[in-house]
Amino acid sequence: MIAIELVVNFTLLGFLLVTALYISQTNRLFRAVMLFGIYSLLTASLFVALDAVDVAFTEAAVGTCIATILMLSALSLTGSRKEVRFRRKNATFAVCVSIALGVALAIGIMDMPQFADPNAPANLHVAPYYLQDSYSEIGIPNVVTSVLASYRGYDTLGEVVVIFTAGIGVIALLTARTSKPKED
Amino acid sequence: MKQHLILHVIAKIMIPFIMVFALYVQFHGDYGPGGGFQAGVIFGAGFILYGIVLGKEATMKIVPPPLVYTTAALGVLLYTGVGVAGMFLGGEFLNYSVLSADSVAGQHLGILLIEFGVGMTVASVMIILFLSFADYRQPESENTN
Repeated sequence: MIAIELVVNFTLLGFLLVTALYISQTNRLFRAVMLFGIYSLLTASLFVALDAVDVAFTEAAVGTCIATILMLSALSLTGSRKEVRFRRKNATFAVCVSIALGVALAIGIMDMPQFADPNAPANLHVAPYYLQDSYSEIGIPNVVTSVLASYRGYDTLGEVVVIFTAGIGVIALLTARTSKPKED
Repeated sequence: MKQHLILHVIAKIMIPFIMVFALYVQFHGDYGPGGGFQAGVIFGAGFILYGIVLGKEATMKIVPPPLVYTTAALGVLLYTGVGVAGMFLGGEFLNYSVLSADSVAGQHLGILLIEFGVGMTVASVMIILFLSFADYRQPESENTN
């Protein structure tokens, strides 16, 4: 059982690494957009492997579907089908920074609790209360929904307002300008 | 893309199923993975698929921009309205327990309503984003370069 999980995790992480390297190497924006979609889908699969189905669902719907479509719309607006030239002057410096950051993160990960450790700080604070008492208080089997919608309803309201504000911003920036050339 | 017959036919078959799946995700979020955010994105994606295949003019006939702007605002209003209703019925802001005589039933009702508000806003904003990008034309003065 653990062996299968290891194989799945390493395969997905391997694909993720290959996709990321390919994105960093390609100089075609269209290819990069499609690869970002694949990258997001792989991340969603990893979330499923980590039993975070709600997050995986959101990642698949937003990251893979909508983000790719919006990036493609932006590409078709800007007409950027040309190849992009990289300036590779400070490549060695950038590689050194990346490696140093990677090593620092790897050292940091060693201090983190094991995955699904019942004694991890995150699982000792309010999580036991949600898992034990949310069904009798809210009556909903999906704890994620009761936390998001009821216990953390204020946060979710903020998120909805953020999305609404983003929509208003897009309307203000893009729609208002389209009517101007018609008047001339 | 009106000349692509296969895309046209497949999209028309797919869109009803996408819509029904979005409604399933919306109202089944209490029992399985899902909820307003995911359902809104999927519902919006149905319209976006329609827009990609049949063009933005056809989409704007079904979902006129003023209508989508209104539903985007209505979703936020529904969410805050449920919160304020809780205040009027003697609870705190966003306390759903007071919405019904039974505390658990009140929570059910409140979550159903606010998830519906979330779904409305998210779906509308996704359609707004797509239509705004698809409808955008560069101003003539900037296009000379």
